[in-house]
Amino acid sequence: MNRRDSIKALGLTALSTSVLVEACKQPETKTEVAATEETAKEAGKEQWEVDRDKKLKAETFFTKHEMATITVLADIIIPKDAVSGSASDAKVPEFIEFIVKDIPEHKVPMRGGLKWLDIYCFNKFEKPFVEASEREQLSIVDEIAYPNKARPEMQAGVAFFNKMRDLTASGFYTSEIGVKDIGYAGNAPNQWAGVPDDVLKQYGMQNVKI
Amino acid sequence: MSDFQIKKSPTVYDAIVVGSGAGGGMAAYVLANAGQKVLMLEAGQYFDPRLDSHQLKWPWESPRRGAGTTRPFGDFDASYGGWELEGEPYTQKNKTEFEWFRSRMLGGRTNHWGRISLRMGPEDFKPTDGLTDDWPITYDDVKPFYDKVDRMIGIYGTVEGIASEPDGIFMKPPKPRLNELFIKKGAEKAGVRVITGRGAVMTESIKGNNDRAPCFYCGQCGRSCKVYGDFSASSCLVIPAVKTGNLTVITDAMVREVITDKDGTAKGVSYVNRKDLQEYQVNGKLVILGASACESARILLNSKSSAHPGGLANSSGVVGKYLHDSTGAGVSGFLPQLMDRKRYNEDGLGSVHIYSPWWLDNKKLNFPRGYHIEYGGGMGMPSYGFGGGVPKINGMVPDRNGNKKEAGGYGKSLKDDYRRFYGTGVSMAGRGTAIAREDNYCEIDPNMVDKYGIPVLRFNYKWAKEEILQAKHMQETFLSIMKEMGAVVTSEIHGPDTNYGLLNPGKIIHEVGTIRMGDDPKKSALNKYCQAHDCKNLFVVDAGPFVQQGDKNATWTILALSMRTAEYILAQKKKQNI
Repeated sequence: MNRRDSIKALGLTALSTSVLVEACKQPETKTEVAATEETAKEAGKEQWEVDRDKKLKAETFFTKHEMATITVLADIIIPKDAVSGSASDAKVPEFIEFIVKDIPEHKVPMRGGLKWLDIYCFNKFEKPFVEASEREQLSIVDEIAYPNKARPEMQAGVAFFNKMRDLTASGFYTSEIGVKDIGYAGNAPNQWAGVPDDVLKQYGMQNVKI
Repeated sequence: MSDFQIKKSPTVYDAIVVGSGAGGGMAAYVLANAGQKVLMLEAGQYFDPRLDSHQLKWPWESPRRGAGTTRPFGDFDASYGGWELEGEPYTQKNKTEFEWFRSRMLGGRTNHWGRISLRMGPEDFKPTDGLTDDWPITYDDVKPFYDKVDRMIGIYGTVEGIASEPDGIFMKPPKPRLNELFIKKGAEKAGVRVITGRGAVMTESIKGNNDRAPCFYCGQCGRSCKVYGDFSASSCLVIPAVKTGNLTVITDAMVREVITDKDGTAKGVSYVNRKDLQEYQVNGKLVILGASACESARILLNSKSSAHPGGLANSSGVVGKYLHDSTGAGVSGFLPQLMDRKRYNEDGLGSVHIYSPWWLDNKKLNFPRGYHIEYGGGMGMPSYGFGGGVPKINGMVPDRNGNKKEAGGYGKSLKDDYRRFYGTGVSMAGRGTAIAREDNYCEIDPNMVDKYGIPVLRFNYKWAKEEILQAKHMQETFLSIMKEMGAVVTSEIHGPDTNYGLLNPGKIIHEVGTIRMGDDPKKSALNKYCQAHDCKNLFVVDAGPFVQQGDKNATWTILALSMRTAEYILAQKKKQNI
């Protein structure tokens, strides 16, 4: 029983709490226990935000199999190349696990989409998506990755892949690897002196004045 | 055993200020600096940008990567609040879709606002359109206060000599970004004037002010500024006023009503503490409301007594009426010319670098008044939603080999597309004059209270043809600028069924007008100094007193009027009139 529960159990009001705490000050060890149970105040956050994040992080939504499928798909969408690592290098699957809990509208389309993918793959190749060969996996992705040319009966797969692709891009380009890859050069104190001269020249903008 | 009681403080303050935003903050600042003992009540919690800002955090420092799940403008935005607050509902009637944004924190909504700081012009105070109402004051009455606000807080801009867009006392402006040069060229071809922006960001130091440092160009004003380089009421007004020793601030104090004497004079304020839920009553010689246009109207309407049966300062019945937000609509797309652009830091500052003041003559148009245009785009910090448009637009332009590509995709080629399109985005949004109408209003909903037992507001608001035609004009203008720039439009083109993209009232967060000032006590709640006609020691210093907002954002006018009211209070005190 934590401090809050014990107060409730004693039938005391919030007003009396501070008096009670002052009066019943216990040896060091006990206050330490109470402190760890309460989430510390974070600068610039409301308490309900801190509590909510903590709760979401403690929950697990996707199964191991679903996470394995998400990892394969994320790396198909954003693979390692000469510039940077893959989606899984940037911990995109972990981001997706968090964001579906944070934005619950993602939950059903993601879980259902993963299931759709496995069933489609099973009907075609008699195995779930993660167990299919790379060639088999890509043959399915090719059917759902191009919304304008996908066959009408593939719409459910297209909708799922659109979401999966967007979440992968969100997770990747907001990671340290992704920010470096995209070349975002800001977020540091500086003196903004305007567009560099070579860039002005490149676009013929030297003479444009506001 | 009942422990219900109202805790009454014996102290009588010279003034009680309700709300700590632009209006409340400025009034408290002026009075505290003049030696008045002031008590400020803020419904939200303490907030100091120096300690609480999320400035310079990277996207990966947010588990949701800056998504707007818990805060409408994203995880790093400096607003404790939003259009919906847990336990603090509001209701609608007649299919109204008004959206009411509230920030519960020291400094209120000024911690995250866009810092766009425009003066209203002579014709905004004395309109010539034959439709909108006159203010009881002129631009010349307010000009000295705009000047003082400019000097005290700091604003950048350029002197342009445009009559409807009065110049201020400006610090050096930021240089334009690359996409802004494209906008300038395209807009001029479309017949739209583009000038340097005007914003409450200190681009130079202010002599004698050692608490604030100039802007260091992170572009993150929305997160509030740790060096106080931009204007927030918390950093620039309330915290400095506390340092005088004359201002006491009580946070988490949700005001229930203004208490009046038998003769109708205000004598104090009752509030509930949001943390301990206990009831308190404090006394003051003056009460100054700066809780926001709608929240102050709510307090007045809830302050009923035998002397003020229809609510305080409401013998005219106008409190809550004439509610108006700015109109808003936008268009976005991308500039194919900017694909594969060179990378460099173009964060710039966090308010607008450029904008278009209203440029047309209404005699040739089918709607009154007008709008200004705000522009966006560039190589910003990635956050949740990044790259979402790429799998659509990569089918709109040729690939590296000049071939048409199928939209969508995956793998190395898609990864290359994310890089190619980065920094090509461009957007524009109109902010226009909505007409102040008696039948657009907020009132007390007799059937509902919030979790503190305070009766809530009910909104009645409809856009009329003037606003809808203005939005239609906005969209046509934006499409023509986009075309002249060589941009590809990716946002939805709206028709009459969606009011040409006109956003719901409340969405622009410029709601004003609910406690209007005027010379006639039968038609207004306040006199021209924002003093209640019915209650001489009651003042309102937020956007409630606005008669008719121009297309200019409200904050600079709130600051100027609040300063004017505070100086009037000091002068009247000297004369012992109040």
